[in-house]
Amino acid sequence: MASSNDLDIVNVTKRFGSHAAVEDVSFSVAPGEFFSILGPSGCGKTTLMRMIAGFEHPTSGDIRIRDRSMIGVPANRRPVNMVFQSLALFPMMSVGENVAYGMTCRGVGRAEADERAARMLERVGLNGFGHRQVTALSGGQRQRVAIARCLVLEPTLVLLDEPLGALDLKLREHMKIELKQLQGTFNTTFAYITHDQSEALVMSDRIAVMNGGRFEQIGSPRDLYHNPGTPFVASFVGETNRWRGAVSGAADRGLSVRLSSGVLAQGRGDAKTGDALCFVRPEAIALAAEAGALQILPNRFEGRVSAVLFDGANSSLLINAAGFDEPIRAVLPQAGPLAGITVGAPIHVGWTADAMKVFAA
Amino acid sequence: MTSARRLTLFLMMAPAILWLGLLIVLPHVEILILSFSERVAPRVYQFGFGNYLEFFTEPLYWRTFARTAIMSILVTAITLLLAFPIALYIARVARGRVKAMLLLLCLLPFWVSELVRTLGWMMLLRETGLISYLLRATGLATQPVELLYNDGAVILGLVYGGLLFMIVPLANALESLDPSVVEAGYDLGGSRATVLRRIVIPHAMPGIVAGSIIVFMLTVGNFATPVLLGGKNGLWFTEQIYAQFITRFNWPQGAAFGMLLLLLSSAIVWAGLRLTGQGLGTTLRQA
Amino acid sequence: MNRPSLLWKAYIAAFYIFLFAPLVVVAVFAFNASPFPSPPWRGFTLEWFTGTGAVFPKPGVLRDPIWLTSIGNSLKVAVPVALLAVIIGTINAWVLERAQFPGKTLLAMMMLWPLVIPGVVLGISILAFFSRLANGLEDWLQMDLDLMRPGLGLVVLGQLSFILTISTLIIAARLRKFDRSLEEAAFDLGASRGRVLRTITLPFLRPALVGAGLVALLMSFENFNTTLMLVGSDAPLPITMYGQMREGATPAINAVSLLVMLAVGAIASLFALTSKSQA
Repeated sequence: MASSNDLDIVNVTKRFGSHAAVEDVSFSVAPGEFFSILGPSGCGKTTLMRMIAGFEHPTSGDIRIRDRSMIGVPANRRPVNMVFQSLALFPMMSVGENVAYGMTCRGVGRAEADERAARMLERVGLNGFGHRQVTALSGGQRQRVAIARCLVLEPTLVLLDEPLGALDLKLREHMKIELKQLQGTFNTTFAYITHDQSEALVMSDRIAVMNGGRFEQIGSPRDLYHNPGTPFVASFVGETNRWRGAVSGAADRGLSVRLSSGVLAQGRGDAKTGDALCFVRPEAIALAAEAGALQILPNRFEGRVSAVLFDGANSSLLINAAGFDEPIRAVLPQAGPLAGITVGAPIHVGWTADAMKVFAA
Repeated sequence: MTSARRLTLFLMMAPAILWLGLLIVLPHVEILILSFSERVAPRVYQFGFGNYLEFFTEPLYWRTFARTAIMSILVTAITLLLAFPIALYIARVARGRVKAMLLLLCLLPFWVSELVRTLGWMMLLRETGLISYLLRATGLATQPVELLYNDGAVILGLVYGGLLFMIVPLANALESLDPSVVEAGYDLGGSRATVLRRIVIPHAMPGIVAGSIIVFMLTVGNFATPVLLGGKNGLWFTEQIYAQFITRFNWPQGAAFGMLLLLLSSAIVWAGLRLTGQGLGTTLRQA
Repeated sequence: MNRPSLLWKAYIAAFYIFLFAPLVVVAVFAFNASPFPSPPWRGFTLEWFTGTGAVFPKPGVLRDPIWLTSIGNSLKVAVPVALLAVIIGTINAWVLERAQFPGKTLLAMMMLWPLVIPGVVLGISILAFFSRLANGLEDWLQMDLDLMRPGLGLVVLGQLSFILTISTLIIAARLRKFDRSLEEAAFDLGASRGRVLRTITLPFLRPALVGAGLVALLMSFENFNTTLMLVGSDAPLPITMYGQMREGATPAINAVSLLVMLAVGAIASLFALTSKSQA
């Protein structure tokens, strides 16, 4: 079974005693792809990554890189390099020595290793930093050294274990873009793990959402966002409203759901009967001062503003409406007629049946 | 894989096991056995409590033992009293370079051999020494004054030797006291004495225990200071052990004395830890 | 409490005078041109360092075979003790910090134990045990085992028995601060286990290795209690000093003390420098 993928994970399971950290996970990463594994802490993503790097050994299943099984291959013989969460730059060496380290391990001569390290540093925008001490670098520069140290070895696959975790917010936003660009320039396959959905959405070609040791869904960022396959994906990826209800029957183009206090709403989903969870994105909720403006929407409700959460372009309203167990959260466009709305004002909300995802609870 | 790992672990543990087994555990088993053997004829030994009985029936032995224990407790108490103001000053008053200097100056004499320090005290205290000379030179004394070879000289030398081991753990413990806690003590109406008694000393307790235990152990086990500064009047228990082992070549008797000294030192350490609820590991780390 | 009283300051000053008085006296009288190490002051001389015995009845330290052999004996003990303390201490630190096995807490407690045993007791127990061992082995092998009899070899073992605890603690404390991902990163970049040890772990531990070595060197050089019980005919420096102090000595003993102070000062400042770079 030849594969043209850079990485194939085949039914991998890892148990620590009776606890399964990773359970029957399979996926493939194509050459040049930016693949992310997104999940909350403790979901098994770090264990999975450490198995690919060679620091842990799967209990069962196979890990194949360029169609070669990695079972029994130690970490220092795998064509895979890792950017650690702590970056793990060697404090006893200069920047140049850090980048040249892997090459000298492979028997590349000192002079050539130094020269290739210098060229690599130039490519990541650290020209002339070779003699600096790693402790003298800024957070972003350290990040680039850690990546350069891997890329210079021209690995089949670069693993990144939440490398942006330690950075402050501004720099993290900046590094997201920079990482994506670096990956594009070098055209190296990246496998990135994170618990930050925004990092995964911005950078990835494909994302696997992981929870409780299993994969919930694999897909493009757009796909995951708009067509979540499970309630976990719906709530973990992006902001969302979440209400409890029960499926009451099929409506003209989907499902009819009775929310906990009796209100009926129209949605889409594969739940047929019984308890259900309903998800609606805040930006999918239309707001209007008059009921008439929302006539064409199947779901229309009236409520009062309970809080205005001003956050520039991300501003939103919390709206109390009869029949909902949680307040409705809706994006408040700062350019629209409702921009100046205050707490207590009456308001009408509505959404399409397509916007509401219904899952069996 | 696992058997290779087990072999590695075994090889790495071998030095520790050899060290603790050959240099600590077996030698102590040896003196324990030795202490229970009595000489019945030349080169013929049998099991018995004779060496311990000898200790209790010969007044010189048990008096020296009791004297060593009591004087060691006294030395520990004096060292604590002398060291506390110094440690408090270093930890809470001195700042920056002065603080580093004071601590370094404290450390310096103690890196120098115990014998050199004792030599210094001998040159100061003896009949032909500096203090006696100065007293005569200033007319305060007409005769040479012998300050050496008495209990005072022994206590002085032992306190001097113990000071560092008290100051360092005390200063470490006092260092960790949050200044705002002390300020809150004053703010709530506490006097200097109350704040010291109710806040500072309880906080320094781990350091006080650690320092006291170490000073006591060093004092009880000291040999050179009581012998050189006390002379014939030194009467320290370690001297008895030395005499039995080296001078009289009565090893079983010396082994019994060694066991008794070990027992005394362990008992006091254990009691100190028990009374204050501290652990041995954390206490040793304090120092 | 931030403004110390005058009394407190006076006490501090008196304390430091008390602390240094004996050392200053020892140092100053090393230069006294008198056959006895006591006042009055009879003028400055270097005879007690370099004298040949022409001016005073005894030669200076640097020309007296008694002192020179003692210093040599001390070094013969201190250098192997320091080397072994660092090597075995490193292995012990690895066992304490990295290995997982049942009974590890017990082993860790056992390693602290030597610190609460009086040095004299350590000395006699090792003396007695090795004598029995030597007697047994000599009967069996029909050969002399001088290494197990009182002498410098036994002194090395006796000093190691407690210095190993110190060196293990110093090195283990440093190893505990080590970020394991550095080793993993090096391994991930293709280094072999040996190379990881050589290029990452040992360079990180180096300040602690140097520090532990220097501390071991000092403790060995100055040890008296344990050494006294195990020494044979070759006396290390503290034993010779002890003998001279009991019998009454010439100012040569002050001179040798001053040399010891200078050497100790040099080693202590080296240690201070390495621990500063460790922080």
